[in-house]
Amino acid sequence: MGSIAVIDYGMGNLFSIVKALEHVAVNDSIVLTSDADDLERASHIVLPGVGAIRECMAELKRLDLVKPIRELAPRKPFLGICLGLQAVLGFSDENDGVEALNLIKGRVRLFDQALQDEAGEPIRIPHIGWNQIYPTISHPLWNGINPGAYFYFVHSYYAPDNVEGRAASTVYGLDFSSALTKGTIFAVQFHPEKSHTTGLKFLSNFVHWNPVPQSS
Amino acid sequence: MTLAKRIIPCLDVDGGRVVKGVRFQNLVDAGDPVEVARAYDDKGADELVFLDITASSDNRESVADLIQAVASEVFIPLTVGGGVRSGADVRRLLHAGADKIAVNTAALTSPDLINEASYLFGSQCIVVAIDARRVPGSTDDAPKWEVYTHGGRKNTGRDVEDWAREAVARGAGELLVTSMDRDGTKSGFDLRLLQNLHQHVAVPVIASGGVGSLEHLAEGIIEGHADAVLAASIFHFGTFTIREAKEYLVNRGVPVRLEP
Repeated sequence: MGSIAVIDYGMGNLFSIVKALEHVAVNDSIVLTSDADDLERASHIVLPGVGAIRECMAELKRLDLVKPIRELAPRKPFLGICLGLQAVLGFSDENDGVEALNLIKGRVRLFDQALQDEAGEPIRIPHIGWNQIYPTISHPLWNGINPGAYFYFVHSYYAPDNVEGRAASTVYGLDFSSALTKGTIFAVQFHPEKSHTTGLKFLSNFVHWNPVPQSS
Repeated sequence: MTLAKRIIPCLDVDGGRVVKGVRFQNLVDAGDPVEVARAYDDKGADELVFLDITASSDNRESVADLIQAVASEVFIPLTVGGGVRSGADVRRLLHAGADKIAVNTAALTSPDLINEASYLFGSQCIVVAIDARRVPGSTDDAPKWEVYTHGGRKNTGRDVEDWAREAVARGAGELLVTSMDRDGTKSGFDLRLLQNLHQHVAVPVIASGGVGSLEHLAEGIIEGHADAVLAASIFHFGTFTIREAKEYLVNRGVPVRLEP
């Protein structure tokens, strides 16, 4: 029995990720917290998030969570979701450019309105809805997740295909990285807590994941 | 490898119950919201929209409670609208487990709400709902629509295309467009309305109002270019299941999510 810390920095719908984790980790305690001590004690950490990156980073700084996250993410299972994926990268183009946590190398970009879908129509931005993911590596978090599985996405910025640690590919006007990983860090652009049974399977894989910490 | 078109049952909520009326009138009880939501979740709905059609200030807390109850058991996207007046309303509903908030009347009376909410919470969670009615006498050659508020009772005189552009410029991440002429009639979407908006805005459009058959859903997507289709009565009263709707769309070449 462990505890899973969900980082609360005051943004968006955190209720659903807590409920989904409770659903798949019935023997663990789920702690919604902005206290670094809770992160230190937790067996797993989740950085959720919707909204904009500047507010996100500003809140993490205000709550003195940047340093604890940087220290702990390479040491225990850490899951970034949606904006949480964008935050683990080095830099985002959103809000005129924002420095992020830089746990994984890469730069977050805005979908270009000139991009076209399969039918030759301009893509709609934001990218909202159910799209398919194709794992690009074999990984415990993909257990039971088939190539082409549908997950729910809602975002306007994306991690390009050439970022460090690409773990899955999704196509929307172009091929982008819908999941990344490096050591104990895993990050997904989709919302597993909103992706029905497929999403719950993914979260179940995460709470049962015991990766080897990165040597520093 | 493509984004699926969404099928979204719409749950009009009045006093904690799901209801459905014809042109926002003659409301009929259609069930307990949590039970209805769970049933749709099991059958493969891509998302659920809850519209609080009473929208009076005294029961807004009850809508947050209702969303919290649904979000505890249903792990698909939830959109909530009706009576949302302020950034504080948006925050409360997001914290209760809603993923997107639909604003209608308040977006027109105080459009800065769209800017404020999209800045604080992100454009992706701000849906502007537009109730559109054809201007009497406007023909299919040069159709015109005006925006209505207050549950379709009040004509604002605003041109729909003009308002849609402004809403998107202010930060709306999605438009939920209801044809008041078609709502509850089962005669199909106002396809010209959808085509018109598709040409003039770059965000996803959810089509609403008029679905009476599965072919209507296909038309909305194929001819109307809608990214998602909303329907209530054909699903609530068991005329068709979500699964039947999706299989029909697959046969028409529309990409949909058939799992689970």
